[in-house]
Amino acid sequence: MHKPLTLRILSSLDGKSWAALGAFLALALLVVPVLNLGTAEDSAFHISAYAITLIGKIMCYALVAIAMDLIWGYGGILSLGHGLFFALGGYAFGMYLMRQIGRDGSYGADIPDFMVFLDWKEIPWFWSGSDSFGWVALLVVLVPALVAFVFGYFAFRSRIKGVYFSIITQALTYAAMLLFFRNETGFGGNNGFTDFKRVLGHTITSPETRLVLFGLTALFLAATLIFAAWLVKSKFGRVLTAIRDAESRVMFIGYNPLWYKLTIWVISAVICGIAGALYVPQVGIINPSEMSPANSIEIAIWVAVGGRGTLIGPIIGAFVVNLAKSWFTVSFPEYWLFFLGLLFIVVTLMLPQGLVGLWKKLQEKNASRKGTAA
Amino acid sequence: MILENTLDDRPEGSDGADQMGHLVTGELDLSHGVALYLEDITVSFDGFKALNNLNLAINAGELRCIIGPNGAGKTTMMDVITGKTRPDSGKAFFGQSIDLTRLTEPEIAHVGIGRKFQKPTIFEQHTVFENLELAMKTDKRVWKSLMAWLAGDERDRIAETLRLIRLDKEADRQAGLLSHGQKQWLEIGMLLMQEPKLLLLDEPVAGMTDDETMRTAELFVSLAGKHSLVVVEHDMAFVEKLGGLVTVLHEGSVLAEGDLATVQNDQRVIEVYLGR
Repeated sequence: MHKPLTLRILSSLDGKSWAALGAFLALALLVVPVLNLGTAEDSAFHISAYAITLIGKIMCYALVAIAMDLIWGYGGILSLGHGLFFALGGYAFGMYLMRQIGRDGSYGADIPDFMVFLDWKEIPWFWSGSDSFGWVALLVVLVPALVAFVFGYFAFRSRIKGVYFSIITQALTYAAMLLFFRNETGFGGNNGFTDFKRVLGHTITSPETRLVLFGLTALFLAATLIFAAWLVKSKFGRVLTAIRDAESRVMFIGYNPLWYKLTIWVISAVICGIAGALYVPQVGIINPSEMSPANSIEIAIWVAVGGRGTLIGPIIGAFVVNLAKSWFTVSFPEYWLFFLGLLFIVVTLMLPQGLVGLWKKLQEKNASRKGTAA
Repeated sequence: MILENTLDDRPEGSDGADQMGHLVTGELDLSHGVALYLEDITVSFDGFKALNNLNLAINAGELRCIIGPNGAGKTTMMDVITGKTRPDSGKAFFGQSIDLTRLTEPEIAHVGIGRKFQKPTIFEQHTVFENLELAMKTDKRVWKSLMAWLAGDERDRIAETLRLIRLDKEADRQAGLLSHGQKQWLEIGMLLMQEPKLLLLDEPVAGMTDDETMRTAELFVSLAGKHSLVVVEHDMAFVEKLGGLVTVLHEGSVLAEGDLATVQNDQRVIEVYLGR
């Protein structure tokens, strides 16, 4: 009667998806390192450090997009504050990276430069333990989880829904941004954290460290995808989409939507937090602008472009939009936001199911054409 | 066959556990024969009294029809029973011991009250089978749902209900694609999967063909005895077919009560329906 959990997880993806996932991991963990380290820089096969950082960064965004899709696409709850959880994870790990600088900062002090600048003499209490990787890894998970739990509990208990919920999340991340902008908050003010030197004792900019971070991000992306596939195919996932479609019916058949929403909300926040922690050492900076409302809105756009309510959609969306962004911001920097706005309008009006929906529609058309031909 | 099974061998509206004499607070106690008891319920919205000192008692195993013109308070009454609306004053008890005014919607569903909405409310994106699966009586907490895996007997129960509501051929179809009448039946099926003691049915045959309406009446009659049913309906042919007592609501309180013929000949009821 009880199918073991491992088997259930295995069956949550079909053969094709497992093969694609395997190919992706082989590419990220074998091909990319070989092409980065093993080829000459002028070779046509060489993958530059820039490309690795860019793809690594976008994989972090893809993680955030999956997290957003779980809550929005499957749960029907649009968060416009997911940048907050990403930033919290990033800041938590950034504390560790700041401590790893040691005495190599401009002031050569035992405490991070910005604290010297504030005339602080020692590490404040909330920084204690931040030199321990284990403790910080725990914070990366716990801080977003706790913030999400407390906020989510009160919001969902008060049955705040739809656009009201979206606006409150937007306000939440904005308030957090203002808080982190203050120097006295103790997180580097508007400069945030940067100039990292080492992670776990290894030089942070060395090609090997980059590749390890890149590989870890790829692994975590794959793991998150498998976990999310299992989650949405479980009965929990069916209850979640049922809440999205007819919440009152769910209540009247005896489920308490509060705990379902809260669970997926916290899971989503934790995925964002870990993504943020993987992002910061690769990009080399974290500052309060990550919490700006525009950033969180952009996350929703990735998901909308890719196709919400599917798991591959958000990943595609994150890649397409961000690759476009890095091209635009180099070639036509002043037009990027116009393009983003246009993209959102076009997707909302013409492609409600995003690129994945478009692909499915084209396939169906092809199939029916073949059907009539035969 | 199943229709017949639900009828027989039920001691008058009483549950096995109650006969054993166990009376745990929070468990349904039908020992006095009353399933639902509303006393002096008043609900007002911005000064308008949707319910005005409403009194109503439904016996265990009874099939009761509630009729009344629009705005008489029928839906508000169901909202009060299911915890969606809190009364300003009055008592609402399920059996002897369960105070409905203190419970939340999911808790009320758990103690055994199932509700069918006026507009069929099903999970349109899910298959018919999944709709019934989600409704099935079981531990509905998050952790259990994460680990849930349908057992053989649970599949059998779903299959049994599918036959009862005549949707066994549509099991894997997306529920949103069903006809209106089929959606109504699916919602009734979902209610039955919850194994409720009391079923509240708000206009269950709206949009059904005559044939479907008559079959629904047969189903409800067969369910009475094992379950208590409260049916809100405008279709008098359907009400007649159901038999049983009829309660007429008007302006938030009970205007008349009796069998359909008596009620239909009541002068006040005629006035209310024909207007003054």
